[in-house]
Amino acid sequence: MATLELRNVNKTYGAGLPDTLKNIELSIKDGEFLILVGPSGCGKSTLMNCIAGLENITGGAIMIGDQDVSGMSPKDRDIAMVFQSYALYPTMSVRENIEFGLKIRKMSQADIDAEVARVAKLLQIEHLLNRKPGQLSGGQQQRVAMGRALARRPKIYLFDEPLSNLDAKLRVEMRTEMKLMHQRLKTTTVYVTHDQIEAMTLGDKVAVMKDGIIQQFGTPKEIYNDPANQFVASFIGSPPMNFIPLRLQRKDGRLVALLDSGQARCELPMSMSDAGLEDREVILGLRPEQIMLASGDSAGMPTIRAEVQVTEPTGPDTLVFVTLNESKVCCRLAPDVAPAVGETLTLQFDPAKVLLFDAKTGERLGALGKSKPEQGMGNVTRLNRN
Amino acid sequence: MTSLAAKPSISLSRIAIYAVLIGAVLIYLVPLVVMLLTSFKSPEDIGTGNLLSWPTEVTAIGWVKAWATVKGYFLNSILITVPAVLISTAIGALNGYVLSMWRFRGSQMFFGLLLFGCFLPFQTVLLPASFTLGKMGLASTTTGLVFIHVVYGLAFTTLFFRNYYVSIPDALVKAARLDGAGFFTIFRRIILPMSTPIIMVCLIWQFTQIWNDFLFGVVFSSGDSQPITVALNNLVNTSTGVKEYNVDMAAAMIAGLPTLLVYVVAGKYFVRGLTAGAVKG
Repeated sequence: MATLELRNVNKTYGAGLPDTLKNIELSIKDGEFLILVGPSGCGKSTLMNCIAGLENITGGAIMIGDQDVSGMSPKDRDIAMVFQSYALYPTMSVRENIEFGLKIRKMSQADIDAEVARVAKLLQIEHLLNRKPGQLSGGQQQRVAMGRALARRPKIYLFDEPLSNLDAKLRVEMRTEMKLMHQRLKTTTVYVTHDQIEAMTLGDKVAVMKDGIIQQFGTPKEIYNDPANQFVASFIGSPPMNFIPLRLQRKDGRLVALLDSGQARCELPMSMSDAGLEDREVILGLRPEQIMLASGDSAGMPTIRAEVQVTEPTGPDTLVFVTLNESKVCCRLAPDVAPAVGETLTLQFDPAKVLLFDAKTGERLGALGKSKPEQGMGNVTRLNRN
Repeated sequence: MTSLAAKPSISLSRIAIYAVLIGAVLIYLVPLVVMLLTSFKSPEDIGTGNLLSWPTEVTAIGWVKAWATVKGYFLNSILITVPAVLISTAIGALNGYVLSMWRFRGSQMFFGLLLFGCFLPFQTVLLPASFTLGKMGLASTTTGLVFIHVVYGLAFTTLFFRNYYVSIPDALVKAARLDGAGFFTIFRRIILPMSTPIIMVCLIWQFTQIWNDFLFGVVFSSGDSQPITVALNNLVNTSTGVKEYNVDMAAAMIAGLPTLLVYVVAGKYFVRGLTAGAVKG
């Protein structure tokens, strides 16, 4: 059990080469679940290897508890790791796999037996203890790999995409199980994934990474509602946020975005009124779940008529695609109200929910932390399901 | 359509295939048959019959005589081959482990240079090797031959082990390091137990190479320290007295038996090891 703090961590594989990790600043409290998420090649696995001590950092410090572990070898850091490939020792039985680290740490055989029994019970792998990893299914191997990590009771757990080799159904099951396990054990955990749903569901804190830089670090709610830039906005959320490039205009002293569906136009008033934004190329960000079908009780919100081009029923929702300002826009509607292809529907937006990004840099425009998540989300859901 | 379990029909092409195969088998077996038949013939018998005729009287006198002549050299060959095979395989395994899992700056370059050893003709190293052995005081000893074979074998054994270990996932070593295991513990407890097929390949390869070696044997040994290949050559090339073909053939069989035995015992590992793909973690 320990806090984890990364102070200005840098990593490069040689002078002249681009930095693999750049000025990483992170800190999580004892017992928190940190997610490192990003596309492949973003440096998240390198960062995890650095925390584990499998790779050296070239600048900064890694603190576990009050101790600077930057120069320590992996075995002295008191951490355990679960690998994507599970990395079970193929010639050893499940029991020997779990015992290996304990034996090397010279625990007494009685303590080892007790620990193996505890872990096996916790993960329900008692009946597998004498099998070889090759005789186990993917899900069972995954449990054994977790068992090996749990057995040492380390200060920190590291998980490197532990669920990505499982099939879709098992992945969802194991995700819930990992969350339960963490709620029970309350051990500080770092979890690397490229799956934004795992990031949102498991994490207390999420660090979204790209090109070796942390794009945003915050709670899942903050990341979802207040993305720092267009990359974070597009990476988190499924289906991804809609982006509409346009030019803001000033009307009656207010900044407005002009939307055009080909059939109709509407003016979307902006909640921010920075003068600098006027007549500037911006990108409008709209989450599919925040576009509503117009209904009576939310009068005053801007509406627009648009023709449905494609529908994708997913079961719980139907994704409806329309065109606004020559961009394809996805709306997530309840299946019973979703129109058919070719029909015209009236969409409604909550201007307070609309995000603005700089067209060139992708940076978020306007202040962070403005939206009120719960209230807004509830509203959308209610409207969509009317 | 015929079912999948249909009996193989006897067609013209199938007959042709078997005819070719049987022909090939015969061609390969004839020399062995000639050797065996001749080795069990008496000298008079050899003079009268033809090569493939059955011995009129089966006698082991050729074998007894051959064994009496070559047994000292047979022992030499064992004393050279066994330590040389074991040492070169052990060092090759360690080299391969380092070159695949503990890469250091320049390790690829190091491996590339080491590979030159595989392509270097034996003849080019004769003089420098002879000089080195002389300086080390190992000239004309079986120890000297062991040393030469180990050094020469390292290029091949390192190549075998390195290529086998490259297919083992890095994560295994990482996991073991996090478990607290060090360099040698990982090698001994994790990597070596996975290496049976490649160890077999290496043992067979090295055993065959070193046992069958003639050039190093004839150059770096003399008199009592000669391996059996050299002794066999001396026996067959002797120009005094009557040629005893039965003894020659028996001695050649004795010289060839150990490698045959190794293939029979460990052959299945050889094929398995050579065709082994990725190791599942």
